[in-house]
Amino acid sequence: MRDLIDGSERSLLTFLENLPGVDKVGADSRAAMLGTRSIKTSSKAMAIDLAISMIDLTTLEGADTPGKVRSLAAKAVRPDPTDSSVPSVGAICVYNDMVEIARKYLDEFGGSHIPVAAVSTAFPSGRASMAVKVQDTKDAIAAGASEIDMVIDRGAFLSGRLMEVFEEIREIKEVCSDSAHLKVILETGELATYDNVRRASYLVMLAGADFIKTSTGKVSPAATPSVVLVMLEAVRDFYRLTGRRIGVKPAGGIRTTKDAIKQLVLVNETAGSDWLNPKLFRIGASALLNDLLLQRMKLRTGHYSSSNYVTVD
Amino acid sequence: MTNLFEYAPAPESRSVVKIEKDYDLFIGGKFVSASSKKRLATINPATEEILSKVALADSKDVDRAVRAARAALNKSWARTKPKERAKYLYRIARILQERAREFAVLESLDNGKPIRESRDVDIPLAAAHFFYHAGWADKLEFAGFGNRPRPYGVVGQIIPWNFPLLMLSWKIAPALATGNTVVLKPAETTPLTALLFAEVCQQAGLPDGVVNIITGDGTTGAALINHKDIDKVAFTGSTEVGKLIARSIAERGIPATLELGGKGANVVFDDAPIDEAVEGIVNGIFFNQGHVCCAGSRLLLQENIADEFLLRLKERMARIRVGDPLDKNTDLGAINSSTQLAKIREISDTGSKEGATLWSAPCSLPTKGFWYPPAIFTGVTQAHRIAREEIFGPILSILNFRTPQEAMEKANNTPYGLSAGLWTEKGSKILWAAQQLKAGVIWANTFNKFDPASPFGGYKESGWGREGGRHGLAAYLKTGGANS
Repeated sequence: MRDLIDGSERSLLTFLENLPGVDKVGADSRAAMLGTRSIKTSSKAMAIDLAISMIDLTTLEGADTPGKVRSLAAKAVRPDPTDSSVPSVGAICVYNDMVEIARKYLDEFGGSHIPVAAVSTAFPSGRASMAVKVQDTKDAIAAGASEIDMVIDRGAFLSGRLMEVFEEIREIKEVCSDSAHLKVILETGELATYDNVRRASYLVMLAGADFIKTSTGKVSPAATPSVVLVMLEAVRDFYRLTGRRIGVKPAGGIRTTKDAIKQLVLVNETAGSDWLNPKLFRIGASALLNDLLLQRMKLRTGHYSSSNYVTVD
Repeated sequence: MTNLFEYAPAPESRSVVKIEKDYDLFIGGKFVSASSKKRLATINPATEEILSKVALADSKDVDRAVRAARAALNKSWARTKPKERAKYLYRIARILQERAREFAVLESLDNGKPIRESRDVDIPLAAAHFFYHAGWADKLEFAGFGNRPRPYGVVGQIIPWNFPLLMLSWKIAPALATGNTVVLKPAETTPLTALLFAEVCQQAGLPDGVVNIITGDGTTGAALINHKDIDKVAFTGSTEVGKLIARSIAERGIPATLELGGKGANVVFDDAPIDEAVEGIVNGIFFNQGHVCCAGSRLLLQENIADEFLLRLKERMARIRVGDPLDKNTDLGAINSSTQLAKIREISDTGSKEGATLWSAPCSLPTKGFWYPPAIFTGVTQAHRIAREEIFGPILSILNFRTPQEAMEKANNTPYGLSAGLWTEKGSKILWAAQQLKAGVIWANTFNKFDPASPFGGYKESGWGREGGRHGLAAYLKTGGANS
């Protein structure tokens, strides 16, 4: 691995400033073109199962209860109770205080292989002291989270205090050390420009993130194909520079099988098929899973089922 | 690169289009048999299957068509109010939209271009040309063309095989909007969408003889151009044929618009948005198999980013999906004809002999049909044939430059002057470069974008006149004088 920066603020800023710009019109048109790929029959079946295995099944509501998390855990292990050939999802993603409950029920339902991801660092706004953010993360790991979805301080990023953002991630990464994977949420809807998305992606990767994630799901727009394209370009190029593969997690707004397949096409034709596995690509979603299951039934039986054939959680 | 996500075949259905076993000439609003009784086969270049046989028009047929156009001009079209002309054009535009899928499939079958392009580019743009020109028909007097703008009369039009229906619309829409009548000859290898368009004219109730479509080969084209009763010529095709036409009409003093060859430079500066520039270069040369007169067939790359850029370009090219034009996921289709394939091979062989290095994207090509993989030549110098001559195929010649000034000199150092592309994030550099470049169209941070409102045409040996926009209309109107 080559050291791209020496850890000083100056080297970080220089590196980020020297990144090539993103032409918005061009990026949008490339993403739109890839959206026209027609994925049918056998490749659609393959894509649906892959997408299911990549889902971070998520509930992030103020109204979350242990009961809700319990049914989410059951669904994560066996998304379709009538069909055991459906893979289990990639992870379940909950707030800090639900981690323990999620872990417990996952284990109980035979999903001990499924990781629990906790949103952290004063999710979704990131507006808290560093001490709180660190404690937030420690709590989640202690409760059994093996993946941490932290948010960056967008205020610091937008006001140019990039080193602050960098140091925060570094610190949380240290807390995670070997016990948890670190996913870092850019909240691309608040960064506004693709140039910012590219800079933030690199900043986060340089600071030690294992995954770069688009959004909290609380801000719109979220995981648009263009934003994901720019992030996939960043992980592809970062791999070329360092030999390290960083994962990508679009989250927010991916609700249909069509949306999910478009994401997989983006991965396939941008970062390449090495990224087509749950270790390097996750989709943060909740409603998506049911649509994937309905489409899967359609492929198997030849007809569409009503939404009462999939479970409400 | 192993790929676990192979896309299953996703072919567009052929059943939307009915291809007749043979076609006659469309003269005076009816399909009539050719006096020669001869027919030409038109094939699907992706499979070499014979699609249909079309009539070969000889000089007698050309004469009939010109007379039909003349009669329509005198009898009906000249007396049709501009507002009414507009109605016909709107009607044609709507029918093209309604029958878009049929046209797209037929275009891909006859031409070899991917359905994604015929569906998303060719047919929508063809309809847009009719819509756009329909709007002009009743506003010509007020558009600043001068005193009493009026049609030339009968226009002889010859179009190429690379964008058959789109080139037809570039020719017919402005001609009809301005009140001319038309005899149009589609290319020998791609006559089918023009013949389907003849049906559209019938469907739209266009008065008989306003549009006449005669199929045939080079002799038919020559007979049309040399016919003494045509008032104007419009041609899109090779510079070689363009020169013959220029000679022929010079003796008769009739005007012509000629849209000819090109060797467009796509200039990538070191401050370019790199990923989008790679996309734009790929689109610039591999769009429509490189069968594009304004293709960005020369890449001028600033030397300090050349290696990095080349790496990315090759990686991107390896992802180009070559194959069945009707598959919705195909990016690069078939070469239009064996003749064209032979030309591409001949000039690419020359490139290798002259010392440039050929690299082709790894891809498997179908065994039947005419195919050429996406390819680049590196180490090209200005003195190489591949840097000077139009290849009209999926081959990009890559040259380096050190300073912006040098880039402009190299970009202009060609007998052509149709298109150019600029890639930089710096706006001032775009404005500066656009003033230096001698090209009819200059794209900045994009390429191969077309719009009916934007005039298109070339400098130098790339042609005369403009098509599209207000400028394009001017080419179909005479002004001033009494009744000349």
